[in-house]
Amino acid sequence: MHSDPDLPELDPDRIKVIVATDCGSTTTKAIMIEEVDGVYRQTFRGEAPTTVEEPFADVTVGVVNSVTELQELSGRQLIAEDGTIIRRTSTDDAVGCDIYISTSSAGGGLQMMVAGVVREMTAASAKRAALGAGAIVMDVIASNDKRRPHEQIQRIRELRPDMVLLSGGTDGGNSTQVVQLAELVAPAKPRPRFGGAYQLPIIYAGNTDARGEIERVFTAEDDATGGFDLSVVENLRPTMERENLGPARDCIHDVFLEHVMAHAPGYDKLIDWTNAPIMPTPGAVGDILQTIARTQGINAVGVDIGGATTDVFSVFDGTFNRTVSANLGMSYSISNVCAEAGMDQILRWVHLDMEERELRNRVKNKMIRPTTIPQSAEALVFEQAVAREALRLAYQQHKEFATTLKGVQQQRTVGDVFSQEVGGASIVDGMTLDLLVASGGVLSHAPKMQQTAMMLIDSFEPEGFTTLAKDSIFMMPHLGVLSSVHERAAMEVFDKDCLVVLGTCIAAKGQGKPGKPCFSYRMTGGTTANGDLAYGQLVVVPLGAGETAEVEVSPARGFDLGNGPGKPITRTAKGGPAGIILDARGRRLELPEDPQARREAVTRVVKATGMYDDLEVAPNGA
Amino acid sequence: MAKAYTPGLKVAARTTHRARRLLPISGEVRVSVGDMVVASDVVAETFMDGDITPMNMANRLSCPAGDVASLMLKQIGESVEQGAPIARSKGIFGAFKTEVVSDATGTIEQVSSVTGQLMLRGAPIPVQVRAYLAGKVVEVLPKEGCIIENEVMFVQGIFGIGGETEGVIRVACSDHEQTLEADLITSDMKGSVILGGARMTAAALRKAIEVGAAAVVSGGLDDQDLKELLGRDLGVAITGSEKIGITVIVTEGFGDIAMAARTWRLLAERAGRTASVNGATQIRAGVMRPEILVPLEPGENENEIDPTLAKEAGMLDLGTTVRVIRDPYFGLLGEVSALPTEPAVLGSGSRARVLEVRFPDGATAVVPRANVELIEG
Repeated sequence: MHSDPDLPELDPDRIKVIVATDCGSTTTKAIMIEEVDGVYRQTFRGEAPTTVEEPFADVTVGVVNSVTELQELSGRQLIAEDGTIIRRTSTDDAVGCDIYISTSSAGGGLQMMVAGVVREMTAASAKRAALGAGAIVMDVIASNDKRRPHEQIQRIRELRPDMVLLSGGTDGGNSTQVVQLAELVAPAKPRPRFGGAYQLPIIYAGNTDARGEIERVFTAEDDATGGFDLSVVENLRPTMERENLGPARDCIHDVFLEHVMAHAPGYDKLIDWTNAPIMPTPGAVGDILQTIARTQGINAVGVDIGGATTDVFSVFDGTFNRTVSANLGMSYSISNVCAEAGMDQILRWVHLDMEERELRNRVKNKMIRPTTIPQSAEALVFEQAVAREALRLAYQQHKEFATTLKGVQQQRTVGDVFSQEVGGASIVDGMTLDLLVASGGVLSHAPKMQQTAMMLIDSFEPEGFTTLAKDSIFMMPHLGVLSSVHERAAMEVFDKDCLVVLGTCIAAKGQGKPGKPCFSYRMTGGTTANGDLAYGQLVVVPLGAGETAEVEVSPARGFDLGNGPGKPITRTAKGGPAGIILDARGRRLELPEDPQARREAVTRVVKATGMYDDLEVAPNGA
Repeated sequence: MAKAYTPGLKVAARTTHRARRLLPISGEVRVSVGDMVVASDVVAETFMDGDITPMNMANRLSCPAGDVASLMLKQIGESVEQGAPIARSKGIFGAFKTEVVSDATGTIEQVSSVTGQLMLRGAPIPVQVRAYLAGKVVEVLPKEGCIIENEVMFVQGIFGIGGETEGVIRVACSDHEQTLEADLITSDMKGSVILGGARMTAAALRKAIEVGAAAVVSGGLDDQDLKELLGRDLGVAITGSEKIGITVIVTEGFGDIAMAARTWRLLAERAGRTASVNGATQIRAGVMRPEILVPLEPGENENEIDPTLAKEAGMLDLGTTVRVIRDPYFGLLGEVSALPTEPAVLGSGSRARVLEVRFPDGATAVVPRANVELIEG
C-alpha cells in the first residue's frame, strides 16, 4: 500500500473523510472529520510531540505519530507502509482519507519586520496585513517613529526576521520617503535566522510609482549582502481612504511557504502531502472566525492565550483584525504580565488572603519551570487572576490597534459639530459584540466552565447581550484551513463539535451608585425568571446547554443594554454550563477602591456564580 | 515507567564537555586543532560592518536630490573624518555657499539621487570570541569558530543573570542550607566565584559586587531582591546581557530554598579551582540554562557515581528522588512512593496524572506529575 502521489482533484461532494493537523511549537494535533448521515462531524483526535527540533529534525515524524494515534482510535488505516498519509481514490475505499490539510506554528511561527512611511497610516496598514497573515511582528519601522535613522538601522540589524514587508506612499504620491526607508533597510542587511544561504524575502506593497527605485535599491545591495528576494505586490494603501491588504497577505502566505517553510526541517515533504497550502496557525484561526462572522452575520472576538503570547482576533462589521501580544502569557510570560499590570491589579480579583512577597516568588518559579500546573485552590485562584489581567491588557492593545483608518479626510457640516469623529477610533465595540470565543490552556482547561465565563467577562467587559463560548479542543486552526477547501464541512464541525457555548452575558453599560437600580429582567422560554438588579450586583440564572430563552431587559435611566440608554430590549439568549449571567457591575467595570469593600464585592461574585464552590482552601494553601 | 514532565537539571561530577565557540558572522579562527587554550584566550575574531549614519544631503544643501552627487567634495568609497567638509553648494553667483561637514567618521557608501540621502559607514567593529572553557581545540569550523573539549564537572542552574566569566571557587557558606548573607563575603573574594548555600540576600549580592567578585552561585533568591538588583521587574526570562557587574546563578528557584546537597558538595570540593560560569538563561523553545564548568585533572572525580546513570535519565519510578517544584510543597525533596495510573482530582479542581511523594519525615503528599523534577543525587 502506498499513498497516491497524484493528489485527486478537490471535488467537495466526494470529500467524506478529512484529516487535519496543526503543528504547534510543542505538540502536533491531528483531528479526523467524517461525514456522518450527511453532516460533517469531528470524530477522533490524536496528538504527539512536534519533531522540528533535533534529534528528529523532521516535522512529518510528529505528523505521522499524531495521525497514527487517529488510526488506532478510529480503526481506519491512514498511514501507508512508506510512512505517508493514504489518500483514497474512491469513496468506497475503507482505508485512507479524501483530503489532508495542515497548519503550522512550529519553529517560532512566522517572524516579520514591517516598515511604512507614517506610523499611524501606511505602517499601521502594513502591520495589519502582516498580523492578519498570521505573523509575529517583531518591530515596525516608520519614518516618524521617533527613532533617529541610525537607531532604526541598529534595530533592523539586531532583528532576524523571516521576511520584511515594506510599504509607504499612496499610488501616484510622493515616493521619496518610501525609497528612503528602503535605503535604510538594504544596507542594514538584516540577517535571516535561517543562516547565510537564505535570501531574505522583501515584499514591497507601497506606492506603485516607486517600484523601479525600490528594485534598484535592493538589487544594488544584492551582491554585497548575499541577496534579497524582492516581491512586488499592489499597494496596501492605494489611497488614504482605502486599505487593500489582500494582495500583501497572499504574498506573505506564498513567501511563507516557499521560503520559511522550505527551510524548516521536513516541511518540503509536508508541503507535498497536503491538499491545500499549509497556513500559519493564527492565520487559519483568523480565517475561520471571519467565515463564521460572515455566514452568521455577527460580530465576533476570539482569544487564544498561550504560555508566551496572547492572540486576539476580531471581526466587526466584516472588518477583520488580529493582534499578538508577544509577552502576555501564562507560563513563559507570566512574570511579564505581573510586571506590566502590577501585582495590585492582579490581586484585586482575588477573594483569598495572599502574601505578595511569596506570590512574586511563585510567579518567577512558574516562569522558570513553565510546565507546572496549579495544585491548590489558592494557586488556581491566583492563576486565573493573572489570566484576567493578561487578557485585559491584550484586549486593550487590540482595541487600540483595530481602528478606523487614520489620515482619512472627512467632510463635516455644522450638524457634525457635536458628533465629531476622528479617524483612528476603535472599531471594537463591546455593545455590538455577539460572540466571544475563548481558547488556550487557562481558559479551556479551567476546572469549571463558570470560571472560564467569568475570566472572559471580567477582562473583555462585554456589553449588552454576548454569547460566551470556548473552543473545545483548539480545533479552530484546522477548521480555518478546511474552510478554504470545504466551507460547509468547516462550519458544520464548528457549530457541532468545536464550539462549546458557556452561556450568555447580559451586561449594562453605564456607571451608577452601588445599591441603586440598574436593570430589571424577565425570561421566558427555556426558563422562567424575573427580577431587578441593583448597581454592583451580578445574578446567574441557570439555563442548560442547547436551551434558549427570550430575555426582556429594562435598564434604569443612564444604563444601556443595546437599545440605547433607558430603553428596554428583548433578545434570545443561549444557555450553557455557566447559564445566563446578568451583570450590573457597570461598564467600564470598576471594582471598589477600598480593599475591604473590593474583597466583599469579589466574594459576592464568586458566590453568585459558584465558580469556586467545592474548592477546599487550606490555611497553608495545600 | 513514567516520564517526568520536567527533567531535572544536569549536575555531573565528570563529563566530557564540548563548548562551541562561534562568531556571529564569518571571520578568522585563531586556533588550530590540538591547541590547548585557557578561558581568556581569543579563539576567533572578525570585524562587523560599522554602524551606518545617514545624512540628508539634499536638505542640508537645499538642492534637488539629483544634484547632490555633483556637489560632493568626497566621493563614494572615500574616507572622511567627523567634522570634515564633504559637500558644498554652488551658492548664489558664487557667494553664500553652504558647506556640509560629516556627522561621523567613516566611509561614504552611497549617495542616492532619488532621496538625496548619503550613507556613511563607520569603522568596522571588532568582534572577538574567547575560549571560555580551558581545554583542547578538537575541531575548527572554518571562518566560524571552534569546538573546545575538556573533562569537566558540570552544574546547570535554573536561572541566572549576567554573561560569561571565570574565577576561582571560594566557599562562603558552611553548608547547602545556610543563607548567603553579606557578612560572609570578604574583600579577598575579588575575582572569584562565590559559592553560597540556600537563599542569597540582596545585601550579599551588593557586597559581592562591591568586592568585585566574578560570580555568585547559590540555591535561591527572592524576586523582590532580583528586582532591586536589576532596577526593574524582570518580565521575560531571557537573560545574559545584563551589565550589573556580576554573574548570578540560582541553582534551585525563587524563595528560601537550599541548594541540592550533592551540587553544593561537588562545588565545595573544587574550592580553589577555576570555574567558567555563564548566567545566560532563555526559557523558550530551545531552553538555555545557566552553567558552571570546572575543568578536571585526569582521574579526578572518576569514582563519583553519577546517580542519573543508575537508571534511564528522565524516568520516574518508585524510589526515585524528586523535588516538588510548585506550591504548596515547593522545594521539598522526597521519594516517589506511589505512581497511580488514573488521573486524580487536585485541590484546584483540575484532573491530572499524579504521584505520591514520601518526604524524609515520613509524611506523604499527592502531587501532579507535572510538578516534580528529578533530583540527581
